[in-house]
Amino acid sequence: MKLTRRMLMAASAAAIGLATGATAQDKTKVGFVYVGPVGDGGWTYEHDQGRLAVEEEFGDAVETVYVESVPEGPDAERVMTQMALQGADLIFTTSFGYMDQTINVAAKFPDVKFEHATGYKRADNVSTYSARFYEGRAIQGHIAGNMTESNIIGYIGSYPIPEVIRGINSAYIHAKKVNPDVEFKIIWAYTWFDPAKEADAAKALIEQGADVILQHTDSTAPQAAAQEAGNVITFGQASDMSEYAPMPRVSSIIDNWAPYYVARTKAVIDGTWESVDTWDGISTGMVGIGEITDAVPAEVKAEALAMKEAIAAGEYHPFTGPLKKQDGSDWLAEGEVADDGTLLGMNFFVEGLTGEIPQ
Amino acid sequence: MDLTAISPALLVASLMVAATPLLLAAIGELVVERAGVLNLGVEGMMITGAICGFAISVETGSPYIGLIAAALGGAALSLLFALLTQFALANQVASGLALTLFGLGFSALIGQGYVGLKPPSMGRLSIPGLSDLPFFGRVLFGHDPVLYFGLALTLATWIFLRFTRAGLVLRAVGENHDAAHALGYKVVRIRILAILFGGACAGLGGAYISLVRVPQWTEGMTAGIGWIALALVVFASWKPGGLLLGAYLFGGLTVLQLNLQAAGVAIPVEYLAMSPYLITIVVLVFLSSRRSLTPGSLGRIFHASN
Repeated sequence: MKLTRRMLMAASAAAIGLATGATAQDKTKVGFVYVGPVGDGGWTYEHDQGRLAVEEEFGDAVETVYVESVPEGPDAERVMTQMALQGADLIFTTSFGYMDQTINVAAKFPDVKFEHATGYKRADNVSTYSARFYEGRAIQGHIAGNMTESNIIGYIGSYPIPEVIRGINSAYIHAKKVNPDVEFKIIWAYTWFDPAKEADAAKALIEQGADVILQHTDSTAPQAAAQEAGNVITFGQASDMSEYAPMPRVSSIIDNWAPYYVARTKAVIDGTWESVDTWDGISTGMVGIGEITDAVPAEVKAEALAMKEAIAAGEYHPFTGPLKKQDGSDWLAEGEVADDGTLLGMNFFVEGLTGEIPQ
Repeated sequence: MDLTAISPALLVASLMVAATPLLLAAIGELVVERAGVLNLGVEGMMITGAICGFAISVETGSPYIGLIAAALGGAALSLLFALLTQFALANQVASGLALTLFGLGFSALIGQGYVGLKPPSMGRLSIPGLSDLPFFGRVLFGHDPVLYFGLALTLATWIFLRFTRAGLVLRAVGENHDAAHALGYKVVRIRILAILFGGACAGLGGAYISLVRVPQWTEGMTAGIGWIALALVVFASWKPGGLLLGAYLFGGLTVLQLNLQAAGVAIPVEYLAMSPYLITIVVLVFLSSRRSLTPGSLGRIFHASN
């Protein structure tokens, strides 16, 4: 039933796009496919900020269209096809679950450029781009490990995909480093955006003793649930979520897509676009760390900022050995740093995390 | 695995909270469908209620005024549906879907200034002595008033449909509108009242999400609960009792599976995640397998000249 509504929404949004698209022929048309509503206050909100930055930068030279709340499934393919048929020159597909659909549609429209966020499949006209969110997760883990009093940290995961697993591992490694007794309780919500469910998940974790909630879902609902419960800290996800500062939100990971979107649109306008694989982090500003509030003790804040500097300067990698996998086998030797290939396909927990990754 | 981490009282309390918006929206739709009208706009009316309730609560500082506004907002949107289907004789399925699309867009528009605000708290019932009882105090006497209202409304709907003359007339209109018309009942008027009631209930259900369950305003925050409510009405065979069971099963399993995950129970997460949908459907289909109670005139257009 849910699918029907989304399909209809997508269809109507696409129809609106069709209506406005007919007028502009010489403009460069840039399309965006969003997994949630632009007002989610998190992931999709930041992508839309990137879209607005493109409009601001190029003014009348570009036209942007977007379709929001597109489910990750066959329907996404239809939305992308429609965008391509309407004359889009460049299409950003902004969720992991659009990967195969993006590749399929790109094969049918060789002249249209596609950019898929957080995936790993590329083609001549498909680039991938992602941000090293795990760098920010390391800083969150450090703060969380220091601040938890119950030693239970709740983690709301969306889907068991490498991007999310990386974040859990990174946060856990750094929480454990400062607090050997720390325990992670993980809930897989199987959704990117469902405020009621996200709030329920946060409440379940809090009721089971968690006093820190980390989320990898898109809405601010867990923040509201934590605020309601009191004495629980959270971190803004994808967007600053500063409306929940200074408590419960004590810091955040901010995705800044704007420079990338502007650069890639410029490449299409200039005719220099090529298929690339971009994976940037704190050093280029694609991953930002939101202000650490005064709820965090000063020395913890200083350590967190020092870690941020070290990561930005390339002196510290959050996945540095010695590290073992959950089953006790060796992963990284002393001083060894994880390679990008392993990180991109990460499908295992590190030693100490309990629970299995759903397959 | 650590099941002791789950507190039964808190678990039952949260599952009741999770079930309430579903119950409210579904009981409204049940009355609408028993009157022979299929309104697929539940999701749209819920989200409209969610933002109306949230906005008015924030502006006035009173969650109760907000709830009234939510009911009015949902009813106002359903009035649009009533005009389209009862006077313009438009197709009910198409009008309902349009209502959902409109509600989602409209709520996003008026909600823009309310992102990130905290609504005034509803407060929980507190009866000295009773609310302090172990387990039962929290489960039976420790909720917000809307939750009790939802239960009372379900009971009242059951009594209304089963034991009152007005309920009989409403059912007659839903079973065979031509016959009801021939008997002199005002089919259109009765249906409009039913639609308004359905809209008000859906609005309340939406406001319960934005004021109590989450509590915040986010665009599209009902995220499909209206559709679940619609499905529930069918699976409950248009019976209030079945609806109550279905809503509590679905809400309960949703919360329970999250708790089991957090406790690290060794059941594959995929099965846990699908359990609310699967178990609710199986139980309700099993309960209603003997006969179908589909209102005879459901979804059909009525005009006195036919």
